[in-house]
Amino acid sequence: MKKSIILILIFILVSALVLSSCARPADEGGAGQTPAADVIKIGVFEPITGANAAGGALEVEGVELANSLYPEVLGKKVQLVIVDNKSDKVEAASAAARLVEKEKVVAIIGSWGSSFSMAAGDIVRNAKVPAVAASATNPLVTKGNDYYFRVCFIDPFQGTVMANYAFNTLGAKKAAIIQEVSSDYAVGLAKFFTDSFKGLGGEISGVSNYNTGDQDFTAQLTNISATKPDVIFAPGNFTESALLIKQAKQLGIKIPIIGGDTWETPEFIDIGKDAVEGTVLSSFSTPEKSTTEEAAKFLNAYTSKYNRSPAAVTALSYDAYIMILDAITRAGSLDTQKIRDELAKSANFSGASGIISLDSNGDAVRSADIKIVKNGKFEFLQTIEPTR
Amino acid sequence: MSLNMSLNTLLQHLTNGVSLGSLYALIAIGYTMVYGILRLINFAHGDIFMMATYFAFFSVATFALPWYLAFLVAIILTGLLGMTVERAAYRPLRNAPKISILISAIGVAYLLENLAIVVFGGRPKAFPAVDLFMDVVRIGDVAVQILTFVIPVVTLAILFILLYLINHTKTGIAMRAVARDHETASLMGIDVNRTISLTFGIGSILAAVGGIMWGLKFPQISPLMGVIPGLKCFIAAVLGGIGNITGAVIGGFILGIGEILLVAFFPALTGYRDAFAFILLILILLFKPTGIMGEKISEKV
Repeated sequence: MKKSIILILIFILVSALVLSSCARPADEGGAGQTPAADVIKIGVFEPITGANAAGGALEVEGVELANSLYPEVLGKKVQLVIVDNKSDKVEAASAAARLVEKEKVVAIIGSWGSSFSMAAGDIVRNAKVPAVAASATNPLVTKGNDYYFRVCFIDPFQGTVMANYAFNTLGAKKAAIIQEVSSDYAVGLAKFFTDSFKGLGGEISGVSNYNTGDQDFTAQLTNISATKPDVIFAPGNFTESALLIKQAKQLGIKIPIIGGDTWETPEFIDIGKDAVEGTVLSSFSTPEKSTTEEAAKFLNAYTSKYNRSPAAVTALSYDAYIMILDAITRAGSLDTQKIRDELAKSANFSGASGIISLDSNGDAVRSADIKIVKNGKFEFLQTIEPTR
Repeated sequence: MSLNMSLNTLLQHLTNGVSLGSLYALIAIGYTMVYGILRLINFAHGDIFMMATYFAFFSVATFALPWYLAFLVAIILTGLLGMTVERAAYRPLRNAPKISILISAIGVAYLLENLAIVVFGGRPKAFPAVDLFMDVVRIGDVAVQILTFVIPVVTLAILFILLYLINHTKTGIAMRAVARDHETASLMGIDVNRTISLTFGIGSILAAVGGIMWGLKFPQISPLMGVIPGLKCFIAAVLGGIGNITGAVIGGFILGIGEILLVAFFPALTGYRDAFAFILLILILLFKPTGIMGEKISEKV
């Protein structure tokens, strides 16, 4: 029996390794190729595998589309170096390190998921390489980091938008929170929602947590519904959220469940099917409603390539790319410090997602769109302008 | 809020627990059976389970088979996959130290995971829904999905079929003989390779049934979906006494109900749900390594 105990212990150790690292080779490009001297490398740092893979894929679509429309800057070809952060905070740091140390990229786009961007924060700051997040909304991504920018709004605003929607539009007085506790994005957004909702005079009846990768939410839902809230705010990853809403319906919970921008992926609807119909979420722009010239160009190119309407984050990552190109053009050199300084000056930049101006933190100040799932599609409900 | 919950809420929690537990039990049976016969912890079990869900997915999504045919195809393909894995990765190491086969099993697990990422892509897919099982019935205030009744029935049916197979058929006798001593068994005219191959085939079929049920309950499949259920069910198998099929079922139920009740009564500890399972494993190994139903077997040579 002793022998088998040793075997079992070895098994546990190995499993711990598997769980903590999930080490898989996932070179998506770039690495291994010898770059010609006349190539400019831009790093794309996204979850290609793991729990957040669908989000990463949407952003990669946007960057690749932008790259095909604008393949050159300063007379040189732009080469995208796509690295996989594997939906994992530890992997995210090493993926970013690889971009700046080995690939010597001049700028980085990404990542979907605030946690991964935050994990890369120190690396881009120390290397003085500017990074532009497309959809990472946690305020800590750019706070205190002169090298991290973003083309999206931040969660204090998003939390307020959803708290207002719950309190004023839905008429909810009691809200419950179910959050993905291992995600900085979800925990942050839940906090800002809570602050605003209480500020409006509402009450939080209960808070429940789950982990990324969990599949069974019945215990949390049963507990939460016992507190009889008028609305459930459930910020978190799209797959987990879709399963959560599905299980809520199966448990006979009729309380509306609302969430944030991460839900806007095709997988949310594929997995949630009928259960997510009528679900309301806050999101970034609606590309179809943008009036800029760039938006028309983006929409045309996207629909002819993918034959469906683009997600907001795809337009945002597209904008992150063209904004970096714009900064490189203005800097007139590949000096990363100069590119960073030009990026920081970005104002009234006309992108596919609308007009982008960065504030002193490097955050875009812009409106949020509230969307509803209707007939298997995300449909525009209303635009909320920023109060700042 | 934790201790003064109403009876209805408690009943709902227990129903949820039984539902999750029967799923764990189903997958744990496959783990424990392979261990019982071969004394090999088939580390790749969770990944074979994952492959089964993809087979079912593509049978429905690409070949447009009706669900019952698709599930049958998936079960057969997974059985064949299990036998192929055995032939390629375990049979050449039959006479090597046990640890080599264990490492080989880990290799197979990685291979299958990465193969799935390359072939199927990293994005999650929606498992086909079978409307028949999806309906919800309400008993008083407790909501129960039809699937919740189906899974335990399937689990128990498989349990009895397996017990019959192992205890009352010729193949079963051969399996038990191989489990005891494969060299002597081969001297007695038992085709050891065939018996072991069959064991893997059956083990993989069990993984497939578990995978399909899992997919129906949690309709989201991805290449790494097998890792955590694989570990959880391994824990369930150890808890019940690894090698003992009835024990695996008991272990599965204890783990499932335990997890749900942990989240239900100690919401603050939700983040430690997986840790709970591993702590349970460590405690069992420390205090009762043979598990609940484990036989006192003396170390065989």
